[in-house]
Amino acid sequence: MEPILELAGLSKVYPGGLKALDDVDLTIRKGEIFALLGPNGAGKTTLIGAVCGLVRPSAGTITAFGHDMARDWRRARSRIGLVPQELSTDMFEPVERAVSYSRGLFGLAPDKARIEEILRSLSLWEKRDERIMALSGGMKRRVLIAKALAHEPDLLFLDEPTAGVDVELRKGMWAVIDSMRERGVTIILTTHYLEEAEMMADRVGIINRGKLLMVDEKDAMMARLGRTEAHITLARPLDMIPPAIAKFPVELEADGASLCYRGGDGTGKGKAEVAELTKALIGSGIDFTGIETRESSLEDIFVSLLGEEGGAA
Amino acid sequence: MISWRSTWSIYTRELMRFLRTAFQSVLAPVLTTSLYFIVFGAAIGGRMPDLGGVDYGAFIIPGLLMLTLLGETTSNSSFGIYMPRFTGTIYELLSAPVGVAETLLGFVGAAMTKSLLLAAIILVTARLFVDYSIAHPVLAVLYIMLVASAFSLFGFILGIWADNFEKLGIIPMLFLTPLTFLGGTFYSIDMLPKPWDTIALANPIVYLVSGLRWTFYGSSDVDIGVSFAITLGFLAFCVAVIAYIFRTGWRLRA
Ligand SMILES: Nc1ncnc2c1ncn2[C@@H]1O[C@H](COP(=O)(O)OP(=O)(O)O)[C@@H](O)[C@H]1O
Ligand SMILES: [Mg+2]
Repeated sequence: MEPILELAGLSKVYPGGLKALDDVDLTIRKGEIFALLGPNGAGKTTLIGAVCGLVRPSAGTITAFGHDMARDWRRARSRIGLVPQELSTDMFEPVERAVSYSRGLFGLAPDKARIEEILRSLSLWEKRDERIMALSGGMKRRVLIAKALAHEPDLLFLDEPTAGVDVELRKGMWAVIDSMRERGVTIILTTHYLEEAEMMADRVGIINRGKLLMVDEKDAMMARLGRTEAHITLARPLDMIPPAIAKFPVELEADGASLCYRGGDGTGKGKAEVAELTKALIGSGIDFTGIETRESSLEDIFVSLLGEEGGAA
Repeated sequence: MISWRSTWSIYTRELMRFLRTAFQSVLAPVLTTSLYFIVFGAAIGGRMPDLGGVDYGAFIIPGLLMLTLLGETTSNSSFGIYMPRFTGTIYELLSAPVGVAETLLGFVGAAMTKSLLLAAIILVTARLFVDYSIAHPVLAVLYIMLVASAFSLFGFILGIWADNFEKLGIIPMLFLTPLTFLGGTFYSIDMLPKPWDTIALANPIVYLVSGLRWTFYGSSDVDIGVSFAITLGFLAFCVAVIAYIFRTGWRLRA
């Protein structure tokens, strides 16, 4: 697929010496939702800032829509939208005027119909004459999205769109993001909610301490790192693993009182194997009183990756 | 290529911001000017001789205009850029396809427009107290525009330099107001005893007040050419500083 954004060797050292981005290479494809996942202080906002002109890179190149950001920034920026992490906007301004201003600022002719469409799609139309300070936090966030969409960008950055937002609103936000994707907008979002990346993203990049540790299709990442874990509570403890189930990746736990299966690859292979295993147990007359299975989430992947990195450092 | 749409958007939005506080923005200068005229024009001016053939009440008009103009222009312009930095809304400007030209024309143009409105208000208010006529009205307007643009740029630099509210207020309070008071607003430099009449010439504001006074009454402490040159020089200096700020991203981009 054609790349819409390419970062090569991107680094940022803040005054004071903190290396917030460390030699990042990343290619974003047209039309995808890319989730940048990492703990606080990982460098997510810095990465977005570098692309959007808020942060001056210390090294590396940024190419957006084939334009070199350092030279052709005008043309590149006119196609990029940014929803910042902080709710920063002129609180005294009415919603519709704020959104129209954003469109004008990006050099586009006024278009009432287009602004109305954007406001309606974000359920803000009824609030168009309200001052932004009179809106709830969730609505303020949507105003910032409306402002970012006002110039009809092809690439949209959402910096922690659901941080500090309750579960209901978060689901609403996911629906909004989905509808933007349907309109063909390429979306890069940052989050530290793993569930969010798992729900929304086509691809996921994991970043920590300025280093992009891993980038992959979400499904492939799950397949590569995903695991099924099953705990089978035995009716009678075992001394050793019976030969009938030796071909499975199982271990005895709790002095033989339970059997633990760890295997599969996040594609469902694990579940099938657990089914096989239980049949084999019944076949060889080993009784059990309970089964508990769990698919590992991005969170587990994340924790193990960060653990490896921490160990190496 | 400069984007006129972007420029216009910034400009109109800044003016809109001004209109939100229009009442205060208009009332304050009207009130201050009136007070000055009551005290200096009527109460004291009656006992003062004419200065250079100009009635004292009329003599102080260009100085008062300059006093308000410098203060208001600088603070308007510095707030205009400081507030977005302070609240974080500057992200939008920085991420937009606009450069130094659009930003300056927008922000500084709006600050200038406000200053010109203000100048008109002050001149109308003054008219209620003193009878005066302007010798070179076109030059007067040009000169006011020149000073307003120079100090809009100066305020812009101030608003980028300041990293707290205190710093924002300190330059106008510590330098601008005293220097304007000492810059011949209420007297002619000739009236100062030696060596103060010479020392006073080190105060750049003297040239601004004097320049404006020349456009009003055709005579002044220093040559009008020198006044224009100094104002233009200051303008050029501010433009150079701002060009540098934008090139390096100083205090704007992390
Ligand atoms: N303007 C700045 N000056 C100095 N350090 C900064 C600045 N902005 C961010 N940092 C530091 O850079 C690191 C990455 O920050 P950030 O990109 O905001 O992380 P994230 O968005 O992933 O939480 C953090 O350690 C943060 O303290
Ligand atoms: Mg962040």
